[in-house]
Amino acid sequence: MANDKRSMIGARIAKELKDGDYVNLGIGLPTEAVNHIPPGVHVVFQSENGMLGVGPNPPAGSEDKDLVNAGGGYITALPGASYFDSATSFAIIRGGHIDITVLGALQVDQEGNLANWMIPGKMVPGMGGAMDLVTGAKKVIVAMEHCDKYGNPKVLKKCNLPLTAKGKVSVIITDMAVMELREEGLVLCEIAEGLTVEEVVQATEADLVIPCVINRF
Amino acid sequence: MVKQITAAEAAAMIKPGSRLAIGGFLAAGAPETIIDALVEKNIGDLHIIVIASDWEDRGVGKLVVNRLVKSAQVSHLGTNKAIQAQMNAGEIQIELVPQGTLMERVRAFGAGLGGVLTPTGLGTVVEEGKQIVKVDGKDYIIEPAIASDFAIIRAHKADKLGNLTFSKTSRNSNPIMAMAGKITIAEVDEIVEIGELDPEQVCCPGVFVNYILKTGEV
Repeated sequence: MANDKRSMIGARIAKELKDGDYVNLGIGLPTEAVNHIPPGVHVVFQSENGMLGVGPNPPAGSEDKDLVNAGGGYITALPGASYFDSATSFAIIRGGHIDITVLGALQVDQEGNLANWMIPGKMVPGMGGAMDLVTGAKKVIVAMEHCDKYGNPKVLKKCNLPLTAKGKVSVIITDMAVMELREEGLVLCEIAEGLTVEEVVQATEADLVIPCVINRF
Repeated sequence: MVKQITAAEAAAMIKPGSRLAIGGFLAAGAPETIIDALVEKNIGDLHIIVIASDWEDRGVGKLVVNRLVKSAQVSHLGTNKAIQAQMNAGEIQIELVPQGTLMERVRAFGAGLGGVLTPTGLGTVVEEGKQIVKVDGKDYIIEPAIASDFAIIRAHKADKLGNLTFSKTSRNSNPIMAMAGKITIAEVDEIVEIGELDPEQVCCPGVFVNYILKTGEV
């Protein structure tokens, strides 16, 4: 994905994070959000391998092999950080103590279902901590490209890949739009600068509820 | 007192076909010295219980590459192409377990529980073939405890009673796996005398540990 798209999605994710939130960002695109947290907003990032208070990447030469994130990348610890074992880490996750998790997706659908852990016959990385995160976090945000690399929609009427969790997604942020799962359905809340509603609808398989006012981001 | 042994003695204790709960998360906090000794002695037909299959040249990935693993209960394979190839060829049996569920199933065995109730996996393939029960109107999957013959783990310091301290995020699954081993072998950076560890710093009490060895001492 082009850097400007990553940055745009990261900036939009960051707007969802409120001062004081405990947040778990999935590997890859969701971590882009850390570069866009507004001044004055303090969030505590969890890494599910056993830490709260994840700080920025260390400068070259001062990496610590015992201080890594859930993707195996080197990190630092901010003042106030804590370390704990994996069972405690998942008690935090499953027990509803994480305010927001942001995860990537292969597919997401208009019922809030998410598929992001395997493509049968092709790729089986495993669910890792994703099923627990989606089950337990108070708010689940999916951040991804609107279409796959072949241009096929990833926001569907119904996921056809094995699910990560059922009906748990509440917000979808892509390079084209921000959509929210509400009682009336999947609502198109915002579209990216320079796009028309028709272009977003065209690139989306799901039935979108189109409100009278759609903001730009 | 726990017994101090060498990695070669640890590997000699572990028979082919054993069930091993192995600490570490993407090789951070993995007991590399014991893993290397298992590879050296070619102890095969292993069942491994581990968070991730690590990399081909680090952590449990080395057991996989050397074809010592016949089956695994694991949450993530994405960093190890060898295990995916062996799985696709039917050479290794994999049960993918959500990471939080894996930890609780292992902990349950160590804690004398038959299993745990969890909402994780409801509405997914994870619930297939499992019993679902309602508690206070909410559905939970019954996930059975996972037994192991040996736990092999990594810690920072051990005293001679087997009390362990850990370093930063390399703690991860290690204290949990330690609880679940019928025999638990801990490899550590440093072995100190009884009384030298601050009891407040001990994150795995020595009661869970049977043998200790120093990292790098074959």
